[in-house]
Amino acid sequence: MYSYNEFDKAFLAERNAQFRAQVERRIDGSLTEDEFKPLRLMNGLYLQLHAYMLRVAIPYGTLNSAQMRQLALLAEKWDKGYGHFTTRQNIQYNWPALRDVPDMLDALAEVGLHAIQTSGNTIRNVTADHFAGAVADEIADPRPVAELIRQWSTDHPEFQFLPRKFKFAVTGSPNDRAVTKAHDIGVRMIRNDKGEPGYEVLVGGGLGRTPMIGKVIRDFLPPEDLLPYMEAIVSVYNLIGRRDNKYKARIKITVHETGLDTFREKVEARFAELKPAFSGVDQDLLREIEGHFAPPAFRNAPTDAYEAEREANPAFRAWADVNLAAHRAEGYAIVTVSLKKHGATPGDATSDQMRVLADLAERYGHDELRISHEQNVILPHVHKSDLPAIYAALREADLATANVGLISDIIACPGMDYCALATARSIPVAQEIAERFEELKLEHDVGPLKLKISGCINACGHHHVGHIGILGLDRAGVENYQITLGGDGTEEATIGQRTGPGFAYDEITDAIERIVRAYLELREDPEETFLMAYRRLGMDPFKAALYDEAGKAKAHAA
Amino acid sequence: MPRPFTPKVVTANDLLMGDVIYQTADNVWSRSIAEAEVLRDEDTANARLAFGSAQAGEVVGAYLADVKVGENGPQPVHFREDFRMTGPSNYFHGKQADLQASS
Repeated sequence: MYSYNEFDKAFLAERNAQFRAQVERRIDGSLTEDEFKPLRLMNGLYLQLHAYMLRVAIPYGTLNSAQMRQLALLAEKWDKGYGHFTTRQNIQYNWPALRDVPDMLDALAEVGLHAIQTSGNTIRNVTADHFAGAVADEIADPRPVAELIRQWSTDHPEFQFLPRKFKFAVTGSPNDRAVTKAHDIGVRMIRNDKGEPGYEVLVGGGLGRTPMIGKVIRDFLPPEDLLPYMEAIVSVYNLIGRRDNKYKARIKITVHETGLDTFREKVEARFAELKPAFSGVDQDLLREIEGHFAPPAFRNAPTDAYEAEREANPAFRAWADVNLAAHRAEGYAIVTVSLKKHGATPGDATSDQMRVLADLAERYGHDELRISHEQNVILPHVHKSDLPAIYAALREADLATANVGLISDIIACPGMDYCALATARSIPVAQEIAERFEELKLEHDVGPLKLKISGCINACGHHHVGHIGILGLDRAGVENYQITLGGDGTEEATIGQRTGPGFAYDEITDAIERIVRAYLELREDPEETFLMAYRRLGMDPFKAALYDEAGKAKAHAA
Repeated sequence: MPRPFTPKVVTANDLLMGDVIYQTADNVWSRSIAEAEVLRDEDTANARLAFGSAQAGEVVGAYLADVKVGENGPQPVHFREDFRMTGPSNYFHGKQADLQASS
């Protein structure tokens, strides 16, 4: 993985020193809050409901064990002993004191991490497929491209005051695990008819109050044109994107209002101007970065121990059946460690758990960890013979929940338990739904089902692309939860449709259970997933289950 | 017709710790909403908010929050203010824990 050179280290040290001085000037009164706020946001520091929150970028979700240990240290030393992994492959600390933040940033810099551009109207953390470099279905590892974009966008002088925030996602696999179609720019590594590598570029995707699926602006971009083309898109957006209305300032609105063809013409014209300025240094840099991502030396060993444990231990087998994914190297597996224990806060890990994960990565996993946008941790390169030992260690650390891809593997934003923008809580809703399906012992029977919860219209919990989405709102001073069905975050990205009126806080778990029970009755066979059944049947039978039965129940009660 | 004025308190976050604070009648900031000064008319409320906001060395983001006045002094009207007064619901952190520690 990428390690910082002297330039990177010096840049980060300088930025951290600047921020330390800015914090001092805020505390001594030389800076007002209005002056300080944009400076702290540039460095990932928010002020939320109960405290400050520091958002640290985990570029394209990749960490080594030393970095994970340092994240654990921050949680223990300056926070309350845990961190929250987010849907944008970041980690958030919910309780730092203002005076401590410069020390936290210095501690992060020791392991090549930072919080730069994790907020503000800038290019944010570049996300990528969390199975990058490991998964069997991949064309190419997307992380070198993501790292190139990270370097280009970090402190890019033209793009520090964009009309609004700007998010990139990169995938190297035709099976899109990075939700590229819901990003401002999605980059898909592909091959053309001649077998040459290049990129399909999507623009104008996004969730939030106006959800839109990204549109193809270039179906095949040659590798050497990547950065100038990205720069052309962001440059055009920077110039014509709306600044009069925050809610219309994202590039999805720019593309929608301008029209894709006109927007493309402007981008192509800008690209023609910019291209000559890119002398090829960027491609040299990309080659160098690719060297950092050379695959580990996989070993050739028998997997008998794995097969034997599967036979002997049903709990291990149940875990292996849902938490492992196919690795491209023979005898290897990708392990997803669920941070969704039933009843726990989705995405949270304690310092001790982070250290266990770091130890496992160091001992068994070629020193690599990933954070997924689905708020889980991944050990991307594990030899199957090591899985019994890993499973045992995860159990010890309360990390062996066997629910990846099931209904309790819920994405949830922090919601009104922490976030100043939230209109309702998300976390307790996720906790209760997960516990309900654990009690019912239904989720393995239900099979693959992505449930995603957002605590406000900004959709950090990706509810629009959940097979079942829940949106928490404030309706006349009371929490109210709308349900959407049929959303999909993959290469077939689809925005979910609203079922109808929302449900109260104490009704939403029952409502979700009614939908799931309806699916179990309606499916043709267990091979037909919830999403397949929804696509076959449409909204009506689910709507009937949701509202008719609720109506009946109310009539009974009356 | 203008809507009748409802009682309010001035609340903000502490600059150094970021936690929730309330303005009292004797111009200090309290961690407890029960100790907050209740503002009963618009002019006073705006004047007290301006006074609170001006203390930029101590507070961030002062605003007026609706309250209802009961036996134990002012209490929140909206659930968001309930959470601010209590702390998150997934962990026993924030004000609920601070209060227990200090009692």
